[in-house]
Amino acid sequence: MIFIVGAVAFILLAPVIGGLIAGVDRKISAHMQGRVGPPIFQPFYDVGKLFEKEKTVANDTQRFYAISYFIFMIFTGALFFAGGDLLLVIFALTLAQIFLVLGAYSANSPYSHIGAERELIQIMAYEPMVIIAAVGMYVVTKSFNVGTIGSYPQPLVLFLPAIFIGFIYILTIKLRKSPFDISTSHHAHQEIVKGVTTEFSGPTLGLIEVTHWYETVFLLGFVYLFFAFSPLIGIIAVVLVYLLELLIDNASARVKWQLVMKSSWLIAAIAGVVNLAVLYYLGVG
Amino acid sequence: MTYLSKSPWILHYDATSCNGCDIEVLACLTPMYDVERFGIINTGNPKHADIFVITGSVNEQNREVVRNLYEQIPNPKVVVAVGICATSGGVFRECYNVAGGIDKIIPVDVYVPGCAARPESIIDGIVVALGILEKKRNSPHFGIQEQKPVELQQGEGAQ
Amino acid sequence: MINNEKYPYFKDGGQRVQLLLFLILGPLITAFFMLLVRKEGERNWIVKLSALGIGAVTILLLVSLGDKGTLYYSFAAESTSFLMFFIEMIIAVFILYLGIKYKNYLVVGLTLLQTAMMLYFEVFYAPTIEVKYSLFIDQFSIIMALIIGIIGSLICVYALSYMNDFHEHHKGLPDRRNIFFCIMFVFLSAMFGLVFSNNLLWVLFFWEITTLCSFLLIGYTKTEEATNNAFTALWMNMLGGVAFVVAILYLATQAGGIMGLGEVLASGKAIVLIPVVLIGFAGLTKAAQLPFSSWLVGAMVAPTPVSALLHSSTMVKAGVYILVRLAPIFQATFSGYVLAFIGALTFLFASGIAISQSNAKRVLAYSTIANLGLIVACAGIGTYEAIWAAILLIIFHAISKSLLFLSVGTVEHRIESRDIEDMNGLIMRMPRIAAVMVIGIAGMFLAPFGMLISKWAAIRAFIDAPYGFVFVIILAFGSALTLFFWAKWMGRLLVVTPKQENLETHIDSNIWIALISLAGLTAITCFIFPAISSTLIEPFLLQNYGNVAQLSQDNIIIMIMMLFMIVLLPLSILLPQRKHRHLTPYMGGMTTNADMSFYGAIGLKRDMKLSNYYITSWFGEVKLQTLGIYLCTGLIGIMFVSAAYVGAII
Repeated sequence: MIFIVGAVAFILLAPVIGGLIAGVDRKISAHMQGRVGPPIFQPFYDVGKLFEKEKTVANDTQRFYAISYFIFMIFTGALFFAGGDLLLVIFALTLAQIFLVLGAYSANSPYSHIGAERELIQIMAYEPMVIIAAVGMYVVTKSFNVGTIGSYPQPLVLFLPAIFIGFIYILTIKLRKSPFDISTSHHAHQEIVKGVTTEFSGPTLGLIEVTHWYETVFLLGFVYLFFAFSPLIGIIAVVLVYLLELLIDNASARVKWQLVMKSSWLIAAIAGVVNLAVLYYLGVG
Repeated sequence: MTYLSKSPWILHYDATSCNGCDIEVLACLTPMYDVERFGIINTGNPKHADIFVITGSVNEQNREVVRNLYEQIPNPKVVVAVGICATSGGVFRECYNVAGGIDKIIPVDVYVPGCAARPESIIDGIVVALGILEKKRNSPHFGIQEQKPVELQQGEGAQ
Repeated sequence: MINNEKYPYFKDGGQRVQLLLFLILGPLITAFFMLLVRKEGERNWIVKLSALGIGAVTILLLVSLGDKGTLYYSFAAESTSFLMFFIEMIIAVFILYLGIKYKNYLVVGLTLLQTAMMLYFEVFYAPTIEVKYSLFIDQFSIIMALIIGIIGSLICVYALSYMNDFHEHHKGLPDRRNIFFCIMFVFLSAMFGLVFSNNLLWVLFFWEITTLCSFLLIGYTKTEEATNNAFTALWMNMLGGVAFVVAILYLATQAGGIMGLGEVLASGKAIVLIPVVLIGFAGLTKAAQLPFSSWLVGAMVAPTPVSALLHSSTMVKAGVYILVRLAPIFQATFSGYVLAFIGALTFLFASGIAISQSNAKRVLAYSTIANLGLIVACAGIGTYEAIWAAILLIIFHAISKSLLFLSVGTVEHRIESRDIEDMNGLIMRMPRIAAVMVIGIAGMFLAPFGMLISKWAAIRAFIDAPYGFVFVIILAFGSALTLFFWAKWMGRLLVVTPKQENLETHIDSNIWIALISLAGLTAITCFIFPAISSTLIEPFLLQNYGNVAQLSQDNIIIMIMMLFMIVLLPLSILLPQRKHRHLTPYMGGMTTNADMSFYGAIGLKRDMKLSNYYITSWFGEVKLQTLGIYLCTGLIGIMFVSAAYVGAII
């Protein structure tokens, strides 16, 4: 069941929605900090400005990595919203992120390099949980197909509560929010300057920004899957989850990567084993 | 109307400053003045920056650094010299260890005098800089420039 | 499905056994010539001719017999079996001599034990045992034969140039290249024999030959380290050999004298569980699973073609081959689950240890152990989905891993180091070799390449099996670990450092032939794996399990789309780009020289060096290995006990 409409809608609308989400994000964060904050269309101005800058690169291979990251991220989201195989979607997402990491490695720079290592640690930290989430959905709905999962009549979150909590935990990592924004962050420069994106500039950086928007929409879509039985509740849940992430972001400071790794793995292991074992015992799996 | 003036990202660098002007620059980011309203973000990375905000004067140790940072900022870019030390050397102008204002090394677009410069003046200077940034973007000379990375000359770093 | 009566469904292949015999005996002839030939030119063309011949015949095998299902051949059983026994005794004496010479009494003890048991068997039971069909062939054997024939031949061709460089670099070592190539071809012959044998005695014979070849090749350089590691490999594999002989004795005494692989699979599960678990144990030692992983890591002292051929794509595959063959017996038994758990834990631990290693060959060794663990886990679960995943893993792993080993070997000779940190920026110094290496690494963990497809199949297989969720979780964690060490190696290769000396000059054509062929195979098998699946794997599954597993049509189309994109996108680097201004890397504003050295405090010149994270505090070899050895030794004990329990109650 592949719905081309979903894919096309994602490709066209996701940058708009993602940019708006980013803008609202900054506005709400500003208000949490007692400021006024930028207009909600600010991310579009940012990307527009980046594309107006001079075309500069650190080396000749960087643009290829940035473009590959962009294309495969779109591919991931398009496949997801077209109702494709969830595992394949996750693997495509990993592929996209590897390109970003390789782009950071290609620049012969210490900040970029450490950012790349930390990005890999991030991926290593959340990958088990994401796969476990997909597997959990399979156990309940008997299918890895996003279309089937999305049209399952009962709330998945009731069957997968622990896995949902674990997923929200690692969502903080994927959305690059404190306390887990160890490799690059949208806030003021961190201890490794801009980490992964240090050596990207101008239009290339703009492309990476847009890719982040695509990724945000895809991730929120994944959260929506837990509540897909009712579109209204699903959207409310997504909004609440994002607000929760914002709150956590503003209320915490960055932690060391060791803590990110250990806690993510611990939670993934516990959530996975407990949730799937209970499902198995109840005869669902 | 370009996007540049709606989303100016600054790189803030302290040359020989006593930190007085730096504190005023950072005050602009606080809720009191909140320059993020204008889309201004303080990035720490020259490659992401449009406006180079410098405080303090030039001496032997930071001469190459200032030039290096300036070159790493992609065009179009503007330089805002904040404080009288960045403008002309301030009270240290005649000292043996200070070369003078920032314009001894790189072209400066906006001078914000003061010791320390007030946040209002700094914001005013940035707004002026935005206009200059726009003009640079729209000018016929804006294009790809081939600039060689700075080569370290013999004996220069050894002091 | 195979009937329980003795032979009615065993299709007789008639007299057309020539292809199999050519593959088993042909390399022996080459081996004989290798021993005699000293001149390099003659050796070159003999090896290339043999490689071509072997490769061509395996493809002929595929074409002529690929769609015929399982065929059995009877073949001069009596005389051959006696000849094998005779050779085994000679080998035993040879190993006893070496064991005494090097004072390795463990080896002496094991040899004596095994020889005594074999003599006992030969005297009391061999005359009464009759195995009608000694050889057989089916789709899985063809797949293994293709791997041995194509990849093995390419590695032998590669070895021609590699050993030249090797002896150039190590002028002090004795040049025993004729023995080297002789053993390589004897090994190929033994591998063919192993995958074509139905008679378990023959399987054991070829099994032991591969152990011997591995022992001799690891100790090729005759340094103290090599000799020690060779003996470690020997005793660990001999433990498996002893278990194998015990299994044969059990089959002879308790199970009614069935001695054929097909017959064992056709009989009831419970009767043969004990010998199958014993043979499974032998498979574990040969596949270097925990607690027997150290021999494979130690075997990395051998020249690279040995590592590529024996210790990644072929010999260790024999271990998992026999496990996959016996999987129907393991399915849905407690022992099977324990076996799968051993494999899964090995996958997890070995992947973790690989993160802390900076020696490229050790990383490859641990990765091999890990992937073999995954195949073992699939075999232990034994459902049709799991076996589908296992066979895919075998194919794709053999191709990618051998490619990586060969690349690392070439790089090692040029940069004089095996350390990944020294491969920094290899894309600038050796662009084509680095590109091939990147393809190999991508083939190991990235979508849409083969290993990823196999892991995907494994996830689906595990979750559909009872209690499978435990295995899925272990797979998820292990897979995340593998991503880390592969990606950081890939990144290290792709750093764009300032222009440096090109070290790619004077690389022999033999090496390029092997590398480009394997890189091409990596890509091509991804494109054609649906065809491989439908022509070979699915009929095999249908015949032995009554069910097929496959990826859906939609997914295959999407993966081919991804493949196209991955192949086409890098070409954009070669497109003429409008001149972009190059910016120097950000070093906090410090001005740097082109090689990133800078002048720091008090004017001292400092170099910049980037290196990867190894996180030895978490993934240190000693810590993880010790834990793994304890856990898996316990699990092996449980496996034996549970099998014995089943065997006792019937």
